[in-house]
Amino acid sequence: MNPAFLSELRRALPASALLVEAEALHPYECDGLSAYRQVPLAVCLPDTLEQARAVLAACRTHQVPVVARGAGTGLSGGALPLADGVVLSLARFNRILAIDAENRLARVQPGVRNLAISEAAAPFGLYYAPDPSSQIACSIGGNVAENSGGVHCLKYGLTVHNLLALKVLTLDGELLEIGLEAPDSPGYDLLALMTGSEGLLGLVVEVTVKLLVKPERAQVVLAAFASVEAAGAAVADIIGAGILPAGLEMMDNLSIRAAEDFVHAGYPVDAAAILLCELDGANAEVSEQIMAVRDVLLKSGATEVRTAQDEAQRLKFWAGRKGAFPAVGRISPDYYCMDGTIPRRHLAGVLGRIAELSSQYGLRVANVFHAGDGNLHPLILFDANLPGEMDRAEALGADILRLCVEVGGTVTGEHGIGVEKLDASCSQFTPEELAQFHAVKAAFDPDGLLNPGKAVPTLHRCAELGRMHVRGGQLPFPELPRF
Amino acid sequence: MEADIVDRVRQALAGKTPLQLRGGGSKDFYGRRAGGEILDLSAHRGIVSYEPSELVLTAKAGTPLAEIQAILAENGQMLPFEPPSFSPAATLGGMVAAGLSGPRRPWGGSVRDAVLGVKIVNGKGEVLRFGGQVMKNVAGYDLSRLMVGALGTLGVLLEISVKVLPRPAAEFTRAFELAPAAVAEKLAEWGRRPLPLSATCYHAGRLHVRLSGGRACLDGALALLGGEDADPALWPTLADQQLPFFQGEGPLWRIALPAAAPALNLPGECLVEWAGALRWLRTDLSAKALRQRVTSLGGHATLFRGGDEKSAVFHPLSPALLALHQRLKRALDPAGLFNPGRLYPEF
Repeated sequence: MNPAFLSELRRALPASALLVEAEALHPYECDGLSAYRQVPLAVCLPDTLEQARAVLAACRTHQVPVVARGAGTGLSGGALPLADGVVLSLARFNRILAIDAENRLARVQPGVRNLAISEAAAPFGLYYAPDPSSQIACSIGGNVAENSGGVHCLKYGLTVHNLLALKVLTLDGELLEIGLEAPDSPGYDLLALMTGSEGLLGLVVEVTVKLLVKPERAQVVLAAFASVEAAGAAVADIIGAGILPAGLEMMDNLSIRAAEDFVHAGYPVDAAAILLCELDGANAEVSEQIMAVRDVLLKSGATEVRTAQDEAQRLKFWAGRKGAFPAVGRISPDYYCMDGTIPRRHLAGVLGRIAELSSQYGLRVANVFHAGDGNLHPLILFDANLPGEMDRAEALGADILRLCVEVGGTVTGEHGIGVEKLDASCSQFTPEELAQFHAVKAAFDPDGLLNPGKAVPTLHRCAELGRMHVRGGQLPFPELPRF
Repeated sequence: MEADIVDRVRQALAGKTPLQLRGGGSKDFYGRRAGGEILDLSAHRGIVSYEPSELVLTAKAGTPLAEIQAILAENGQMLPFEPPSFSPAATLGGMVAAGLSGPRRPWGGSVRDAVLGVKIVNGKGEVLRFGGQVMKNVAGYDLSRLMVGALGTLGVLLEISVKVLPRPAAEFTRAFELAPAAVAEKLAEWGRRPLPLSATCYHAGRLHVRLSGGRACLDGALALLGGEDADPALWPTLADQQLPFFQGEGPLWRIALPAAAPALNLPGECLVEWAGALRWLRTDLSAKALRQRVTSLGGHATLFRGGDEKSAVFHPLSPALLALHQRLKRALDPAGLFNPGRLYPEF
């Protein structure tokens, strides 16, 4: 490390907030996507705005890249360190600054855990709606960076729908106040632009979120189907009937069996697919909707429809779904979690193609997904200790994501591009679109030092890959030589 | 048609002649006056795809809002943000460019909440797609929502995908005679309960409230609320500013505040929507004095109609944010072709 840079960091931070020894850096070498690892130059753990600003100033002066990090639970490598860069951890920005029950909002620092916001709001009968499965650990700053979702997005939206304001530090130390506690803040919607920008546009140092009144009651209905197609059709029928469930999840047979072995949720293990449909709202409204949903499910060919008898059973039904990833982890040494989204009408076709790809690659795929919003999480089962198997899993994953783009979907619904899906996103965007993204980044970060190389692939990378976007039969990058 | 629009943009780029983007012209009054030749987009119309069970509609930007609302109604669905039209000529593109939401906004979400994807022509004459037709999509920066409320200054909208929602099974409107101080208390009390509110309007001592949802749920809520039955036709009239309050030539201010902010205590006549978060004010007070008060309450003020068109129509930005706006504008429209000055005088 450049000694001048190091001494500037030492001036910026107390000794306890600067890690430079190899063993202290190791815990930061990866995020939730542990297949990618890199030890950074240093880890900075500021706990004041001034310290954070001084770290950014040092990075700017010495042109050292900065990777912001929340809880490190991200699944696409967004917080993967750079060998020549520092990690700026926001773990010590962990204070809840205000719960404003009257305006139903919470003002918090970015290192506050997602669930901690709902816990702090609970005494007022309020909660923060987005609930990514990692909500016990993931930080709200990370949620903003990734525009995290969860199982209740269909009704309550993603992070972007539940934010009011951000305070953002730019690399040159300017504190931007984006959004307001009032609606529709003036000027461009920078709040939307910042959300999901994966730490490439600015450093989020404060977050104001909306809080919702806790619904009076939540109830879940479980339905079993003899085919995945029938389950997919039932999803369309529920929504076609004018019902907007709080959550609508599907699992295929492999996931059902894995989850049942793991948590004994009482799932029908012979079913080809199950749907979990959660309804929430006022007591009478939920009763009304449960009857309607049961009706629709039976008409759609459900072989069995069960309503949770009590809160314990409701939680049990959900435990199976929420434990699906670790459950699959028990039946396979490794698994690779995909995150494509498709228009729901293509569900059956896409699942059929995934099954074909699965047998073609000789790797099992368990399908768990947020059926209500078409967000698929195919889990590719593999054994990293078998030579070539990880490469095959990645190739199968890339094929699945290409398939999502082909039917009009996206390569990432809620996990982000990070480093993991840089190649996959080459098939989703044209060179002009990618160039536009890079121009937007330059408007915020002209030095290109904020999490560089993540989220948006370079044109060069996509061209090298040769696996590019074809729109209207025309190959992109006509100006580049081919080999 | 799309090719014609792209050609016009490329010609404008070559000749460095700014363009004034125009859909149905229903919101010509809104924002500052833009310079440039008019680029009429109203012929670029038609619904591209609509599958009710997907809850997504994609249409060309010049499609009349009325056409979209009619097809949604046929299928028991709606635009959840209840956009104003102001005239039958209003288009989908104009709705997105203005970013104005109607009475349902605090409960059903805003225009930008519902936008899922766009196809645009940027200032280099390139046709680009951002977002998509799915609810969840975090690939790339969210440039589709950035278009909402940008008043056309970042690109020509060609196509837009929006999330739609089922219409509520039933809706009721109730009215109450209440003094201003009592209204805030009532709204705060109702706001703490999981009540199916979907609109509020307070003006001249009368509070109107709309409830939307399933029958069973509404019965309980209506019993709790009390009040007297009132005409539901109020809401579209309110959205389109057909009420007598909105008539006349004097300046009309649109003031957004945290919902529980205290009374404005400014001279003039006030109408309050969105459970307190949106306050319309008819006043001759100076922009400076008005904005000072609004800023102190954590809000912002737009000179919606009337007044001095040359003044700052939208709430001034901090110097740092203004500079960022200018850099973003250059990133999408380097030659400054689209609607220069419509949003802020500086770009």
